[in-house]
Amino acid sequence: MLRTLVKKRDFYAGGIMTLLGAAVTLDSLTYTLGSLTHMGPGMFPLMLGCTLTFVGVLILGTAVATPLGDDERILPEKPEWFAWACILAGPVLFIILGEFFGLIPATFACVFVPALGDRTATYKASAILAAGVTFFGVALFSYVLKIPFPLLKWGF
Amino acid sequence: MFETALQDLWYGFGVALEPHNVMWCFLGVFVGNMVGVLPGMGPLATISILLPLTFGIKPVGAILMLAGVFYGSQYGGAICSILLNLPCHPPHAVTCLDGFPLTKQGRGGAALGITVISSFVGASWGITEMIFLAPILVVVALKFGPAEICSLMLLGLLAGSTLARGSPLKGVAMTVCGLLIGIVGSDIETGTPRFTFGIPNLFDGVEIVALALGLFGIAEFMKSVNQLSEVDTKYTNVKFKDLRPTRDEFRRAIPAMFRGTIIGSLCALIPGTGPTIASFISYATEKKISKTPDKFGTGMIEGVACPEASTHSSVQGDFIPTMSLGIPGDAVMALILGALMIQGIVPGPQLISEHPDIFWGLIASFWIGNIILVILNVPMIGLWVKLLTIPYKYLYPSAMFFVAIGVYSTNNDMFQVGEVVLIGLAGYVLLLLDFHPAPILLGFVLGPRFEENFRRAMLISRGDIFVFIKHPISAVFIGLCVVLIVMQIYVRLKSPKAMPTEMALPTDAHHGHKAAEAAE
Repeated sequence: MLRTLVKKRDFYAGGIMTLLGAAVTLDSLTYTLGSLTHMGPGMFPLMLGCTLTFVGVLILGTAVATPLGDDERILPEKPEWFAWACILAGPVLFIILGEFFGLIPATFACVFVPALGDRTATYKASAILAAGVTFFGVALFSYVLKIPFPLLKWGF
Repeated sequence: MFETALQDLWYGFGVALEPHNVMWCFLGVFVGNMVGVLPGMGPLATISILLPLTFGIKPVGAILMLAGVFYGSQYGGAICSILLNLPCHPPHAVTCLDGFPLTKQGRGGAALGITVISSFVGASWGITEMIFLAPILVVVALKFGPAEICSLMLLGLLAGSTLARGSPLKGVAMTVCGLLIGIVGSDIETGTPRFTFGIPNLFDGVEIVALALGLFGIAEFMKSVNQLSEVDTKYTNVKFKDLRPTRDEFRRAIPAMFRGTIIGSLCALIPGTGPTIASFISYATEKKISKTPDKFGTGMIEGVACPEASTHSSVQGDFIPTMSLGIPGDAVMALILGALMIQGIVPGPQLISEHPDIFWGLIASFWIGNIILVILNVPMIGLWVKLLTIPYKYLYPSAMFFVAIGVYSTNNDMFQVGEVVLIGLAGYVLLLLDFHPAPILLGFVLGPRFEENFRRAMLISRGDIFVFIKHPISAVFIGLCVVLIVMQIYVRLKSPKAMPTEMALPTDAHHGHKAAEAAE
């Protein structure tokens, strides 16, 4: 019973929602609840937290009640850890490089690194793509839309 | 009644035909169409990416542009699904069923031609419906007190989360998550910061752009990277002259088109049943009444005309509750409403009287936009099909830049770029667990107003929770909510695995549904 349960996708789906709901419920108790007539800031979150916990438990319930499906894998067949990391690294690099070196290097990195995530990508093609996007992107956002973001800078 | 509506419409055309508004509308349709054609980019991703670009524009222009982006991208998606069998937007899954076989028979051009006409007919009917229904709805809605608004929102949220797609329970969970994300920030009445983890950047709440781009941008890219197979472009050589359907095809498509239009507009009237359900129902109906039902799936022009007409007519119909009541039916409408709110416009029944230029201008621009769409797509089809050959590996990195800069530009704040990374990661985890994140946006947009009205209703009724049943109109809404829940439970118990959309379709449509699942 338990052994098949931990294989089910809905077990984790329901579990996450239950935990999230419980966390919200507990946290909402730290705010003023007030009365039903004069609701404090904590009342609405408390209600939502309870609802989410309840729904989470229901999802868990369906996981218990339904038989094990054919495809209960959570991760796709071939997990793309490298590609996922590349995609997430793009905006992170955008923050870091944008903060210290300006828009041009930030844009380049934000396109170049995610592009490497594709299996067939080459450094050269990715760099050309990144350079192209940087050129047009900077033209559009800096010159046409006038976003206050220095193109190049050094340090803080 | 009739006369005032026409007068208002005349005024709307005046607004929409102002040169700069026509320009924004054109730009929206053009860019939307362009991005929508690209394989792997659905309307939600398109609107989220283009949303930050509209912040500098005046409210009327911004909303005209966004609406243009929406139906432009939807039409672009139809090109992609008919010629490549790649639906990027769930309603198009049905269009693929007969659209792609037609393409294989060399009639893809004709299918596209019929699609142009069907969407125009469907949209025109939806717009007409909006002109006459929305003002009536507003008259009724203006009488609503907080209790009624609250129950109506509850109904909208429930319908949006349970009828949309996937498991209704998971949909409800997503809506509640959206409501919770909407809470983040300072409490409206007391100013107490809630769920901000002490981070000052969160005191103003989570930015809708960051939420939308995280869920429909980054999470989608993570899902699709290295998963989209190489696009088969051997059928995409469509030229202007190919668009003309034969006389026989035309004769068969016309009645289907009108049936689709009617089905779509009926679906639009039921809250929560958006274009996806409309297209599935219309395809099933068309198959049922056809003399040769077994031929469906092998390239029947009716199977393209009917769902396309119904999708467009229901999409226009979806604007009715969004604009007149301020209650969006799906994530796309929630985004458009969110854009209005960013422009400082309070959605709700007072919108039409306070901002007639936005409402009537929008309606008039629908027509102008749809005409632009026809003009853009008929002679320039050769250009659009060229875009189909752009591989995804160049697309998503470029889109990543638009995600990062778009989120940054909303407040010129790097913190929000970090926000989008986290939301994207969380969104992908949710996708892996079979959650559909679209209702999150619905909850997020409605959340603050829901809480405000709930508090007010409780204050007026002196803490009597039964006020929602004591007011007759509110009781009707609550009753509908109960009916909805009971119906869902009944359907579940009867056939535990079937989804509502699957039930509307026989098994041979399963492939298309799976494809839609992949697109979502």
